[in-house]
Order: sequence, then C-alpha cells, then structure tokens
Amino acid sequence: MIDFLEKWSFFGGSVLLILIGLYGVITRKNLIKIFIGLSLMDTGINVLLVSLGYVEGGIAPIITSTINNNSYNFVDPIPQALVLTSIVIGVAVLALGLGVIIKIYEKYNTLDISEIRGLRW
Amino acid sequence: MTLLYSLLILLMLISGIAALIFDKLVNSIISAGMVSLIAAFLFYFLRAPDVAMAEAAIGTGLSTAIFIITLYKTEGRGN
Amino acid sequence: MNFRKILALITIILLGIFILQAFLIIPEKGEIALNNFGKADIENRTAQLYIDKSVNSTNEQVIYKESKDKESGSANIVTSIVANYRALDTLGEVTVLFLAATGLSAILYNKKHAKSNFILKEDSFILKNGIKILFPLLILAGSYIIIYGHLSPGGSFQGGAVIATAFLLKLLSSKEYELDENILKIIEVTAGVSFVSIGLYGLYAEGSFLTNFLETGTIANLFSGGIVPIIYITIGLKVAVELTNIINDLMKA
Repeated sequence: MIDFLEKWSFFGGSVLLILIGLYGVITRKNLIKIFIGLSLMDTGINVLLVSLGYVEGGIAPIITSTINNNSYNFVDPIPQALVLTSIVIGVAVLALGLGVIIKIYEKYNTLDISEIRGLRW
Repeated sequence: MTLLYSLLILLMLISGIAALIFDKLVNSIISAGMVSLIAAFLFYFLRAPDVAMAEAAIGTGLSTAIFIITLYKTEGRGN
Repeated sequence: MNFRKILALITIILLGIFILQAFLIIPEKGEIALNNFGKADIENRTAQLYIDKSVNSTNEQVIYKESKDKESGSANIVTSIVANYRALDTLGEVTVLFLAATGLSAILYNKKHAKSNFILKEDSFILKNGIKILFPLLILAGSYIIIYGHLSPGGSFQGGAVIATAFLLKLLSSKEYELDENILKIIEVTAGVSFVSIGLYGLYAEGSFLTNFLETGTIANLFSGGIVPIIYITIGLKVAVELTNIINDLMKA
C-alpha cells in the first residue's frame, strides 16, 4: 500500500486535478467558475511537471555552505525553471480573462453563459 | 512522510471538487486558493523551493485577490 | 444528469485513460520512462551540464566560495537557468506578461477615469494603520528576495509578486491613494529596454545574444554571477510594475 502510494500519489493526484478542472470547465454555467476550473488545471499541470524531475533522496539545486559542491544528488532544475515562468504567465492571462468577464457583465448584466448570446451551447 | 503527502494530495483534490460544487462564489474562490496553498507545500516536498515561493506568493495571494476584485465588480451574480 | 454532464464525464474518462496509458508504457532502450516516480535519470539529462556549469567547457568540480570564473557564477542553479542559459525564454515570458497587461488596460479603458470604488465604504482604522507599518516591510522583503535571487531560493518573480501585494494592500487601505501611471510606465520601459540592451551588448562583445560578458567571480559571493543579478533586477522591476498595473486596472474598472 505504502509502495503504491509512494509511486503513484503525485502522478495520479496531479492528473486527477487536471481532470477535475476540465470537468468544471465543461459543466459549470457561471463564467467565474469556468475560470476557477482553468486555474485548477494550471496548478495540476505545474505539479505534474515538477514531479517528473524528482529524485529520491535528492536535494534542492542550490549550492550552500553545507551542500558545498556539485557531487551531491540534486533534483532536476530545468522543470522548476520552466514552471516558475509558467506560474507568472498563468496569473497574467487569468487577469486578462477576468477583465473580459467584467466587460461582459457590463454589456449583458449576467454571468450565466446560457443567457449570453454567442456563448450558449 | 509518504502518508503525509498522500493525505495532502487527497485534501487538495477534495478542495478542488469543493471549489466547483459550492453555491456561493466566495466559498469556491477560497477553496481554489486552498488548492494553490497545498500545491505550494507539495512543491516544497519535491525539493523545489523557488517554485514553492512563487506559488505561495502568486497562486495563493494575487490570484485570489484578482478573483475577489472581479466578483465585487460583477456584484456576486450567478448561481 | 443532463446531456452536458454525461458528455463531460465521457470526455474526462477517455482523456484519463489516454493519459494513464502514457504512464504505463514500459520504455524501450533510449526512451524516457514516465512510470518511475523519484528515479529521474539526471546523469543523462541536460540538467547535469547546467549543474556542473560545463556547457561550453570541461567538467570540473564546483566548490562553494572557492571556484572562480565558472560559466555562470550563481549558486542557485534554477536562477542560472532562468537568467543565463535560457534567458531568451525569459525574455519571451516577460513579453507575454507585457502583452497581457497592455491588453487588460485596453479592454478596461475608461474615459471617465472612475475613482477606485472598492469594497470599503469608509476607511477602516486597523487596515489603514496596520498597512502603514506593513508597507515598507513588504517592499524591503521583496527587494531582498530579488537581490539575493542568485544565492538563495527566490528571485525576480517571487519578489515582484511580494511588491505588487504591498501595493494591493495600499490600494485597499484608502480611497484617496492613487498610483501615478506615468512613473509606472517609465520604470517598466526602462527595465525592459535595459534587459534587451544587456543582451545586445553580449551580441556585440561575445558574439551571441544574452551572453555572460562580465567576470563571473567567486561562486556564492554577493557580487558574482556576471550579468545574472543585473538581469534579475530588471526582470524583478518589470514583473512588480506589471502586476501592480494589472491590479490597479482591475480595481478602477
């Protein structure tokens, strides 16, 4: 049981979070909830990417006074650098989308996508 | 340790589901912030302190604030 | 259970099976395995070159406070990837951030220049006076995180977000407080132009864009890493100003 959890909890958890976010995006009718679903998908993808670079018993890739040379067992720094930029882009794009939501509310006076012409399906 | 982070992942999934099924939008925004906070802990366990700091400052702080500002501007309408 | 929910369930179950079978593939020789958590093969990945700081030179040991004149002198390896080895990616990322902030301003542009009419009906005493104490401390913490980004965890994105949070609190605390958008624009443009011109000077001096043309110094000193801390400070200013701008635009919409 512990072995199974150790091997699959990060991969399974992050994939399940992506699927939960997708389910929310498809089924919810409120525009703000749709964007909450999108941000859940974003978090899930980030956790999945970082966990692909994990090494058992590894340490954070920073050279300090106790970890004083590069023969230690570091985890992979490249996914961390990519996820770092991805988080910042995520919040900027989220703000752009929420600005569009504010404008939609000013025009239609509602956030329910079944009442907005052009978003109904 | 394995049990601890398995429980954290379970809590993250529960908060994610709760964020989608709450009726009031404020509750679901706070739940989404909780998902980000737990993700920051998970990044710390994965030995990624840089990413953990970014997720805690941006995902938990700024995105929640942006959502709540939007909610205020749209007067909390919707289901 | 209406039609939409059934369709959504079928979609996510199919997608879940699709992702899961990618994890269950047993790799052949030379392929990357996705199914063994915690056993990433760093030795055979590009990451090992970045950790050894030996992309263009031979492999030597990197020792704390002793090694001199390595390719990228920063002790935090994530920083040396973000601001030196893959700085072109970061330039693209900052461009996306700039475009998102500009697009938000264009969408929410309002001729009347409505005042910030956010949540508070009247100024709250605790919020107002607490933020007076907290604001300089937050700015200090953000600047520390940016400046020490090449030695310890942290860096421009985290520090920029902390500074933007300080301005968010300031905007919440009083109705009269207004940011001068011209100063924000000047800081943003200066930071962006200096980032690109550091890259262009590298092209002129060493022959490729964003090369490290300064002495990299002894590893783990404050003044080390060549152009890495300078680039990180410019990115930090840019991120802080753009996130502040986004919050300001949303509040005044």
